[in-house]
Amino acid sequence: MKHPIVLTVNGEEYRLAIDPYRTLAEVLREDLRLTGTKIGCGTGDCGACTVLLDGHSVSSCLTLAVEADGREVMTVEGLAPSGERLHPIQQAYVDKGAIQCGFCTPGMEISTLALLLQNPHPTEAEIRAGLAGNLCRCTGYNKIVEAVGAAAEAMAESGSADGAGASAVGADGPTADDQGRPCAMWPPVG
Amino acid sequence: MGLPKFEYVAAKSVAEACRLLREAGGEARVMAGGTDLLVKLKAAASEALPRGTDAFNGAAPGGARSPRLVIGLRGIQELAVLAVTPGVGLTIGATAYLADVASHPDVRRLYPAVSYAAAETGTPQVRNMGTVVGNLCNAAPSADNAPALLALDAELRLATKETEGTMPLSQFFRGPGETALRLGEIVTSVVVPEPPTRSGMSYRHLSARGRVDLSAVGAAALVALDEGGRVRTARIALGGVAPTPLLVPEAAGLLVGVVPAAHIVAAAVAAAAEAARPISDVRASAGYRRRMVRTLVERALADAIGRASAGKEVGS
Repeated sequence: MKHPIVLTVNGEEYRLAIDPYRTLAEVLREDLRLTGTKIGCGTGDCGACTVLLDGHSVSSCLTLAVEADGREVMTVEGLAPSGERLHPIQQAYVDKGAIQCGFCTPGMEISTLALLLQNPHPTEAEIRAGLAGNLCRCTGYNKIVEAVGAAAEAMAESGSADGAGASAVGADGPTADDQGRPCAMWPPVG
Repeated sequence: MGLPKFEYVAAKSVAEACRLLREAGGEARVMAGGTDLLVKLKAAASEALPRGTDAFNGAAPGGARSPRLVIGLRGIQELAVLAVTPGVGLTIGATAYLADVASHPDVRRLYPAVSYAAAETGTPQVRNMGTVVGNLCNAAPSADNAPALLALDAELRLATKETEGTMPLSQFFRGPGETALRLGEIVTSVVVPEPPTRSGMSYRHLSARGRVDLSAVGAAALVALDEGGRVRTARIALGGVAPTPLLVPEAAGLLVGVVPAAHIVAAAVAAAAEAARPISDVRASAGYRRRMVRTLVERALADAIGRASAGKEVGS
């Protein structure tokens, strides 16, 4: 039996009828064609499928889409909604050479956002702990850790990771979707 | 890896969840976070498990290999409780997230071994999805949340469609993946009594990678002292070194009634290692595990005794 669900993904509302045994990762990729979210191990170990669910990082490969009903999802596509100007986290990954094959990058960047929303000025140890659920088989992590530090600085400068009402947005300033609500933004979770 | 087909119901009450579970006659599973259940379902579907291995280790009453129904517990408001109540203790509901147990200020202050164990479970993503009660019900011998809760004399609240009851956590684990739950029964919460005065607690664990992977060995200790510095209460619990997480009263008992001098602690450590029944597997050899029981119990006792004798009511 298909279940009717309402998903808000990157600020946009989707009404779907889905089988209960389908994961959020599958629905994002196959039904919504948001293929930025990757499926790596499928068992919650690699972090490639990481998305924000109501502002918390989760493995979308271990989340039933029916259980995301009525909740807000943010994927890597939500980081740069214009599709042109990169989010400071993405820019930092590019600038620091933190990307090789790129398969882990969407999950890494979402985990980076989740970390910086909770802790805008993480130490190196905190960065490593914050990204412990994301595996990269190319870079050796040092460049990624550097990129997270650079992103934290960039976001602090633009006042985007902390402060009431601030949004984690690019240099264009706050970006709004069709409904006028800010994208790429969740309040820090506590 | 895809999931096998199943139906899904978001239960609206504990009674409904228990009724559905019972009516399905062993062909249903309840789900809190899903971080263990969905992995097992995928493994069973893809036959990734070695032949002859039951993904559920008999944990599903009725022996169902893959359920026809998954019952979601997330929608049941009362199961999300996470509260420290004077006179009662700490209540962790069945759907309270590991991340919230790890970061709750009162849990960190009053039950530091409990919050630490939650913080050391899995990855950030797993802690945002998974639950302490789910970790217990999955009944892995290495479950990180079990030793501290055993050492603190935690009790489970259980429910069926008609009844509510309690069970000491120490009676809950029956084997790898096996619990004392009956058909149609769920754990609604785990309740940790208030720590005794002048007590300290600790959880120590080791894994090959230090993060993310399951613990190879874990040890927890609770020590309460009287005004003369003699041990009033002591409990030591181990993870990853027997078919279930286990209390080792024969070790803790050596401490009770005496000042915990070095030779007394050493005897307790040796007794704990003696009680361990480790196996060799992908995470560690039996020999390494037995050695590490000594090390971790020694450290956990040192932490707990240090915190108890620092005059604080609880560890920090």
